[in-house]
Formats: sequence, structure tokens, C-alpha cells
Amino acid sequence: MSANNPTAIQLNKPKSVWARICERWQLYALLAIPFIYVVIFMYGPMCGLIIAFKDYKYKLGIFGSPWVGFDQFLEFFNSYRFWDIVKNTLVLSVYSLVAGFPITIFFALCINAFPSAKYAKVVQTVTYVPHFISTVIMVGLLQQLLNNRIGIWGIAWSAISGQPMGSAPAILTSGPAFKHMYVWSGIWQSTGYSAVIYIAALAGVDPSLHEAAIIDGANRAQRCWHVDIPTILPTAVIMLIMQIGHLMSVGYEKTYLLQNTQNLTYSEIISTYVYKVGLTGVSDYSYSTAIGLFNSIINFILLMTVNFISNKVTGSGLF
Amino acid sequence: MAKAKAQKVGKNSLFSFANASVADKTFYVVIGIFLTIFLILVAYPCLFVIAASFSSGGAVQSGQVYIWPVGFNLNGYNQCFNNPNIWTGFRNSLGYTVVGTLWNISLTMMCAYPMARSDLPGRNIFMFLFSFTMFFGGGMIPAYILNRSLHLINTVWVMILPLSMSVYNMIVARTFIASNIPKDMLEAASIDGCSDLKFFTSIVIPLSKAVIAVLVLFYGVGHWNQYFHAMIYLNDRNLFPLQLFLKEILLSANIDPSTVSDPELAAQLATLVEVIKYSVIVVALIPVLLVYPFVQKYFVKGVMIGAIKG
Repeated sequence: MSANNPTAIQLNKPKSVWARICERWQLYALLAIPFIYVVIFMYGPMCGLIIAFKDYKYKLGIFGSPWVGFDQFLEFFNSYRFWDIVKNTLVLSVYSLVAGFPITIFFALCINAFPSAKYAKVVQTVTYVPHFISTVIMVGLLQQLLNNRIGIWGIAWSAISGQPMGSAPAILTSGPAFKHMYVWSGIWQSTGYSAVIYIAALAGVDPSLHEAAIIDGANRAQRCWHVDIPTILPTAVIMLIMQIGHLMSVGYEKTYLLQNTQNLTYSEIISTYVYKVGLTGVSDYSYSTAIGLFNSIINFILLMTVNFISNKVTGSGLF
Repeated sequence: MAKAKAQKVGKNSLFSFANASVADKTFYVVIGIFLTIFLILVAYPCLFVIAASFSSGGAVQSGQVYIWPVGFNLNGYNQCFNNPNIWTGFRNSLGYTVVGTLWNISLTMMCAYPMARSDLPGRNIFMFLFSFTMFFGGGMIPAYILNRSLHLINTVWVMILPLSMSVYNMIVARTFIASNIPKDMLEAASIDGCSDLKFFTSIVIPLSKAVIAVLVLFYGVGHWNQYFHAMIYLNDRNLFPLQLFLKEILLSANIDPSTVSDPELAAQLATLVEVIKYSVIVVALIPVLLVYPFVQKYFVKGVMIGAIKG
């Protein structure tokens, strides 16, 4: 039977790698354009990173510019802004994580436990929407709503305190308030979207676990604590790892637009500083690249460490 | 099917409010209150913006708007639509989004299918090269130097080519293809003499509609909302996407008086500034809100497919 089937004969014969490659040439053809794209636009800039160790001059080009070793890095470490910038970056990301992570899980648990699936669906659908609002609109929205005179903030303040309009503390131009504004607007925008993954995990809970718990006399709150939370724990661990791995990459698009001269001491972060040093005013490409590289390396080390720990402790990681 | 039924029965027997104990009822009321707070926190600012955009300049300036327009009028929208920048921006953004998304989808699928084939020699090497870029990159300045040396700056291409494909989305598509298109199908097709290319175009693509819908959403929203990339690479105002014009309108303190010659109109505009900003926000959100109901169901799916492989 199989002797009459040509493909069966072919499969039995061991083939050289070259023969298998030739046989699959159409797949490589498909892969060609995406691969060239990745090589040029993703690996190309990685080669450009060598200018972090040089004193880049436009006329001399990347390869002709003189080497300076670690001077650019040392200049950054010794600069008076270094600690401020690193501190701001960490404050924003750690605060986002610490505040946003539990709220997302809490929201998902509420949606899942609520008896009326219809109402839960409405809440869910509405809370997705902010995820699709662009950064520019989001910042515009914040500037309007947090205006201490005519925004919701100003109106609510004067309504509650009974003081005249415009007496509310200014949030937009206040340095210490910057982190709260950044983090809570982020939570406002992303909670509904980030909760999707937990809600899906909760929908997959084995109903017999709930039934068993009911027979044992557990009420809904107890089942939430003893059944629902353990179910989403693995998902939560993975999400936590990913977020810790990206601790040093704060959303610069929003930060940049929220910055103003009054809050800059508190709002300058590494990535916005890279942009300003490198591409605005008197651009210093090498210095800026060195700062960016420093940031990427810290991020990379963080991710690898967290992933390693997670593999050891929980047995599962990203890779 | 059986599982869905079991879940439905389970849901009914587990979550019926009428038979719930006092402890459960209290619990449901408490989480109901929390959910309502979430709902109001998200919905109220949006309703406020809509109300303010239809109100008179005076009412907004004196803080009389709460949830309903005060002194209903369309002046804000008139000003907004009379602004040629808004139209230029809309046209450009639409172009970048449509062309960019089509190009993104083509590349992503062309890359995802070979990566989903376990019999492709060298697959792991390619996969490593692709994945590595998700965790480490050259950064802003080297990318800028590269794009400058490729003469892409200040051309429409800079909005398309450097953003050709997201490796994360490619992995989403690859995971979908690998788990939804059975191997037997490829074997059956190749026995019938179907080439890999033919299999890709006439079987893989039609069967991947769900993931393509997700990719359209991810890429489309990404292009539409893009501003930082455009801000870095474009100087020519004729090429600006909508977001850059919005940035000018929303984040500048006042309307440039030099654009209005009539002093009376200028005074009138000064009170309108805030209303115009609210109108602009609403106008910019319309396209997203129009598309949103259609793609909503896909996007939950997309998040889930993506979550499988982090």
C-alpha cells in the first residue's frame, strides 16, 4: 500500500539539510521581506549603538568618529541631574506597578463575582474605551479636567469647600503632584483592558470547585478568596514578572506631554531626557545614545533576573 | 458545548441573587457599589467633555457645566471643522492608518506562517533573532541616524517603513496559526500537489480571519494614535498626522491671534478656546468610537491569544 504512495517513500528517506531547505524555498521567500525589515530597522540601530563609545560627528560618520571609551557614560553618572532622573523613572514605574496591579485584579474579581452578568458586561465594555484614547487626547483631557478653575477638579473643589472658583490647588503645574497625576490617569486608562486577561482566567474556573465549596458552607466572599484568587495566581505572577522586567521603560509619550517647566524636576525621566539631549536644541547624539543604552541594559538585566528567579521559584517564566 | 452548558447551569445555581444568603447579598451589594464607582469614574469625564463641547463659552468659563450642555450651541464644532489643519490631519492619518495597516498585516502574516511551521529548517534561529528585538533595541538616536541616512526623514515613508511589523503581533499570529490550522490539512493539501505558497494564500489566510481582525485593531489603533514618531521625523506640516495638530490645539495655551484678523471675532474666540478644545477631543474620538463596537469582541480574543505566549 505504502509502496505505491510516492510521498510515503519520500518521507522514509533521510534528507540532507540542504535538500530540506530547497524543498521549503517558498517559505523562505515569504520570510524574506519581514526578515530584511528586522535586520535593517531593528538590528541596524543596534550597530549604531557603538556611537555611545565614540564622539559622534556628523561629518565623520559613525565609523569615522573618534573613540572615547566610557566617557559618555561617566559624564552621565557624574551629571547633577543623574540621580533626579533615575529616581523619577523608578518612582513613576514602581508607583504605577504597586497601585495598578492590585486594582486590576480587584476589578477583575468584582466583575467575575457580580451576579448580574449583563451589568458586569456593561461595566467591562465602558472601562475598555479609555485604552483606545490616544496619548495626545489623554493629556488634553487631563489638562481640561484637572484645570483648577474650570475643570471637573476646580468645580468639584469649589462646590465641596464652598470657596470661589480657582482656589483649588493646581495639579498640572505642581511637581510633587506629578506622579499621582501620571499614575492615576494611567490606571484610569488601562484598568479595564488589563483586567481582560484575569477575567478570562476566572471564567475558566472549574465549576465543581465552587460547588464543593458551597457544600462546605463557603459564602461567595470566601469562595472568592479560596477559589478565585488561587486560580488567577499563576497568571498574576507572569504579569508581575513582565511588568517588573519593564520597570525602567516608563511611557515617555505621556510623560513628555505632561511636562512643563514647573514640574520638570519631578517629571524628567530617562527616556524624555534622551529625546531632549539627542534631538532637540544642540543635539549630542553620543551622549544621548549612551543614556539610552544604559537604560536598555538595566531593563535587559532586570528582565533576565526576574525571569530566572521565576523559573526557579514557580517553575514558569517567559522563556 | 457540554462545558458551556455546565458553566451556564453552574452560573445560574451559583450566582442567583434571590436565593443568596444574607452574607452573600451583602457581598454582592458591596461589589455592585465598587463596579458602579468604576463605571462612573470612567464614564463621567467622557460625558462631561461631550456636554462641555456643546455648551457656550461663557458657561464653560464660569464652571456651570456638570453633565448637561449649558447654553447649547455648535460654535466649538464650527470652529473645529473650519480649521483646515483638522482636515489635513484627518486625511493624512487616514492614509497612514490604511496603508500602514495593510502593509503591517501583509508582513506579519508572511512572517508568522513560516514561523508556525515546525518543519522549517532554521526556524529556531529566526525565532531567536525576532524575539531578541522585543527585549533589546538600539534606541531612539541610532534609529534616527539610520532613518536619516536612508533619506526617510520628512517623507510619508517614515510613517510606514520603520513601523512595518511588531514582533509581538507576529508572535500572536504565529501562535494562532500553529494552534488553529491542523497539520493534517497541510499534509492532505501537499499530497494533492499544493505548494507552500498556494497553501498560505488559499488556506492559511482565509482561516486566520479572526487573528487578522485582531491585528487590524492593534495596528490600526497604533497608527491612528501615533504622535511621537511623527513628531521626531516630520517637519512638513502637510504631512502631519491628526495627532500632531491635536497636540498643537489642545496643549497650547491660546489660539494664535495672528490667524484671526477681525478683533471682534478674536475676542469671541478667546471665550471659545475651551469649548473648541472639548469639541476637538470629541471629534478626534469619533473614529475610534465608530469602529470600537465592531472590533470589541475580537479584541478580547486578541488579548487572550497574545497571553498564551507572553
